[in-house]
Amino acid sequence: MRNILAIAGKELRAYFYSPIAYLVMAFYTVLCGFFFYSFVATYQMESFRMQAMGGGMGAPPMNLNEYIIRPLFEGVLSVILLLLIPLITMRLYAEEKRAGTIELLATSPVTDGQIILGKFLGALSLFAVLVLLTFVYIGTLFVYGNPSFKPLLATALGYFLFGGALMSIGMWISTFTKNQIIAAGVSFAVLLLLYVVDWVSSYSFSTVGRVLAYIGVTTHFDNFAKGVIDLRDVVYYVSVIVLGLFLTARSVEALKGRAG
Amino acid sequence: MIEVEGLTKRYGATVAVSDISFQVQKGEILGFLGPNGAGKTTTMRVITGFLTPSEGSARVAGVDVVEKPLEAKRHLGYLPENPPVYPEMKVREYLTFVARIKGVARGEIKKRVEEVAEKCAVTDVQNRQIGKLSKGYRQRVGLAQALVHDPDVLVLDEPTAGLDPKQIIETRDLIRGLAGRHTIILSTHILPEVSKTCQRVLVINQGKVVAEGTPDELTRRLQGYETVLVTAEGPAPEIMDRLQQVGGVNLVEPREAADSRVTFEVHAEKGQDVRADLARAVVESGWKLFELKTSGLSLEDIFLKLTTKDLSEEPAAAHAAAVQ
Ligand SMILES: Nc1ncnc2c1ncn2[C@@H]1O[C@H](COP(=O)(O)OP(=O)(O)OP(=O)(O)O)[C@@H](O)[C@H]1O
Ligand SMILES: [Mg+2]
Repeated sequence: MRNILAIAGKELRAYFYSPIAYLVMAFYTVLCGFFFYSFVATYQMESFRMQAMGGGMGAPPMNLNEYIIRPLFEGVLSVILLLLIPLITMRLYAEEKRAGTIELLATSPVTDGQIILGKFLGALSLFAVLVLLTFVYIGTLFVYGNPSFKPLLATALGYFLFGGALMSIGMWISTFTKNQIIAAGVSFAVLLLLYVVDWVSSYSFSTVGRVLAYIGVTTHFDNFAKGVIDLRDVVYYVSVIVLGLFLTARSVEALKGRAG
Repeated sequence: MIEVEGLTKRYGATVAVSDISFQVQKGEILGFLGPNGAGKTTTMRVITGFLTPSEGSARVAGVDVVEKPLEAKRHLGYLPENPPVYPEMKVREYLTFVARIKGVARGEIKKRVEEVAEKCAVTDVQNRQIGKLSKGYRQRVGLAQALVHDPDVLVLDEPTAGLDPKQIIETRDLIRGLAGRHTIILSTHILPEVSKTCQRVLVINQGKVVAEGTPDELTRRLQGYETVLVTAEGPAPEIMDRLQQVGGVNLVEPREAADSRVTFEVHAEKGQDVRADLARAVVESGWKLFELKTSGLSLEDIFLKLTTKDLSEEPAAAHAAAVQ
């Protein structure tokens, strides 16, 4: 555990030494803020209209979770992550290989598993900062209305798992190259594929279609965005995370054969 | 302290290291001498557990590096060809991180970091970013990193490469001072380097050990002789005696024996071709001669290759070598 934390801490600090952390955070804050604001504005206009149309004071207020939070996460934030996660994971292995520091890690008395978990944890911590930023925005909703709290927690959990899944795949891809740009580019392509793969399924109702729908990373985010925790979705994301970590371990092991 | 047995490493079809065996005693400094691409780095990477061997084994402090990697790594300090530093970190912060992952006890870390920083003369830059340091300082930070957990065994891959003459001398002194307490393997492609720092030298070329001995022995040997390999079938001691009597032969050493055949390494006076005489000696005594050949690349050829490079880099040192 001590080794994992040492490596996680090193990764997290590395993000803040380089411009990456600030870039990612600034980008995220601006985009997230912009879309959040526009959803809130739409919501206010809509609810004005509803009241004016006659429901009067008696009409129940529109559901904040349904009109703001769900489209924000499902329609916008998930796409933003597609862009940002590769920027976070690209350096994890590629940079160690380029700088030769991989030789330090690999010849220290720590296991590959500890290194991988440490790196994953470090990257996840940066992502946690982004999640926190999001919820600072969402917190302001409590001023306007009364969003229900529990579904919000479900959404947060789902978002975290979603990001974690993308991250473990990004980390795996980063083991294949010394070049961070390539790592980021390929990660983006692969994640995009996983993102759109379930679109195909809407044209085909065969088994293939269902399988593709199952593989798609967004299919399983739907329930979370609605504020519902479905165990099957949790299992899906946890499986993807574990798979990504496992593939990373395999790839790192293979490096010992040829020292790429 | 270090035992390498039958080590072979292949990268796909290329054989980088082929059947290397050697041992290093406790407290000894072993020099690994060889031209570019000889397989020095590859061998070191296997010993440190960075690469897995294709065949053979390596043990550090009695621990097999493949079977018990974590335990073996605790005994090891390693300075790769390029110091494995994080350029964005500060020296002190970096050494503290390394101390943590090397398993230095929490309460000891501060003290150890200060000690190695002192020893490697990086105390005055300890709060500077490593990426902004000169090559010499970075190399010393790399050395400090290898020492921070006070390992029994140090593996140093070209520790003086890229340093200026003054720094080279300082680094050599530092390494010599580490022997005794630590067992050291260091690699270089500069001949004078080994004679100045190492007690024993292993010359490797194209993945094979071509010579081994103390720097003195090696220099004596390369003062000049031709090497011929003779493979014959018959009673080994008698063949050896007979070969010894051939005119111009200085030394006969048995190299290997397979079935009833024995191979001898025959050292003859420089400039003499003793091959015909050797053949006659064997055949006339009634033994069967199977092979007779001059040893591929003579030590001198190798050393020549190695030292030519040095002439431009280190005039003084090369001169010293020439005088010997
Ligand atoms: N990752 C790799 N993939 C394929 N071949 C490699 C790899 N690393 C090294 N080699 C080859 O293995 C051989 C030995 O290389 P190695 O780096 O061990 O030599 P070296 O003695 O350290 O040389 P130098 O003095 O240049 O550092 C070389 O022919 C090299 O081309
Ligand atoms: Mg090398």
